[in-house]
Amino acid sequence: MLLMQNSGFCPLAGPLPFVPHGGAVATDLLIAPDPAWRPPLATVELDRLAVVEMIGNTPLLRLAKLERDLGLPTATELWLKAEWANPGGSIKDRTALAIIRAALADGELGHGRVLLDATSGNTGIAYAMLGAALGVPVELVVPGSASDERKRVLAAYGAEVTYSDPYDGSNGAIRLARRRAAEAPDRYFYADQYSNPANVAAHLTTTGPELWTQSGGRLTHLVAGLGTTGTLKGTGRYLKQRHPGVTLAAVQPAEAFHGIEGLKHLPTAIVPAIYDPTVPDLQLGVRTEEAFDFARRLARVEGLFAGTSTGANLAAAASVARDRTQRGEAAVIVAVAPDGGGRYLSTGLWET
Amino acid sequence: MSDAGSIQVLIPTPLRRFTNGEARVSAEGVTVGELLSALDVRYPGLGTQVREADGQIRRFVNVFVNGENVRDRHGAETPVRPGDEVGIIPAMAGGR
Repeated sequence: MLLMQNSGFCPLAGPLPFVPHGGAVATDLLIAPDPAWRPPLATVELDRLAVVEMIGNTPLLRLAKLERDLGLPTATELWLKAEWANPGGSIKDRTALAIIRAALADGELGHGRVLLDATSGNTGIAYAMLGAALGVPVELVVPGSASDERKRVLAAYGAEVTYSDPYDGSNGAIRLARRRAAEAPDRYFYADQYSNPANVAAHLTTTGPELWTQSGGRLTHLVAGLGTTGTLKGTGRYLKQRHPGVTLAAVQPAEAFHGIEGLKHLPTAIVPAIYDPTVPDLQLGVRTEEAFDFARRLARVEGLFAGTSTGANLAAAASVARDRTQRGEAAVIVAVAPDGGGRYLSTGLWET
Repeated sequence: MSDAGSIQVLIPTPLRRFTNGEARVSAEGVTVGELLSALDVRYPGLGTQVREADGQIRRFVNVFVNGENVRDRHGAETPVRPGDEVGIIPAMAGGR
């Protein structure tokens, strides 16, 4: 049986009473069965879930046509880590899995405790997906400005969603989730992806090793956007361990007012607790229009349909590539593609 | 702060540095474009955040008139009247 919590037997609410050998059962020590009792979820069950098997080991793709389109020499290689291949459609499946695994191991989740977090969509979708498979209830605080596709996917997985003031963006969602967690600390496991060390560990143990292996240890540059900042920190830390010469390029929206979903303009955002400003070797700012244009270019040149933050990372990767080319230095540049383009169909991204 | 004959404009957090922190301001105009121009006069820099040089609303910006996205109407040419409520929201406010 995969999920014990769905099984019919409902044991006692506490540990079994001690019954002396040969003695009678001390009935006054028996605790009445609690109908709400569920055995704790074990992390071993998590790893048996079909949907968990699908997380990670995403393709690393050489963008040979885009390289030509950008006029790069063959010594300057551009690669894309296709995170939309995860079952929930984004890199956040890794984050959510690591956060949930750690919380189950610590006993912070299970027993009907509700997973709560603020998210503009992808992490929420990942929580909702895993929560559905595990029988863990999920409550999300999502900015009202999140795209319709995301809202609908969350509804499909059965998560409970509260929409925060769209004018306050993701900062408003974070503040509302914090308030809700503080008001009912027993009811919630506040996953807090912006502060949770499991977010970093997810990339340290999966994304980083995958990239190193898939690139045959040839990777010279990692280009990743800053949202929770977990991807760059975890992946970057692993890559630096393997080769200290790897350059870590952080991508942020160039403006406070932007439309690059998932990325943060750190000077004006609530800075995530896990952010370590010493991690990036390079900081690159990308305008929203540039990100849109690169996402569209990827679709038209390579036939790869990715989201806005992928466009931003590629725009930044292209500038790194041009810089290396001008210096006459070879490079193997890997850009992270956090999600696919399908979740942005209702936005201005694909308008001509 | 608001007078009866004017149009109320809701300002998202990242643009409030132009409006002295105000979340709601009032302005006049007969189209969304005029309204944004009037706002840019009073709060220099606000307009260029929302519009392209040619006056069109930037692709990632949604402007709502009484809850209806002007992209589904006439864009910057969408008419506005006193008493209307106009909202400015980036299409996808970041942070996953």
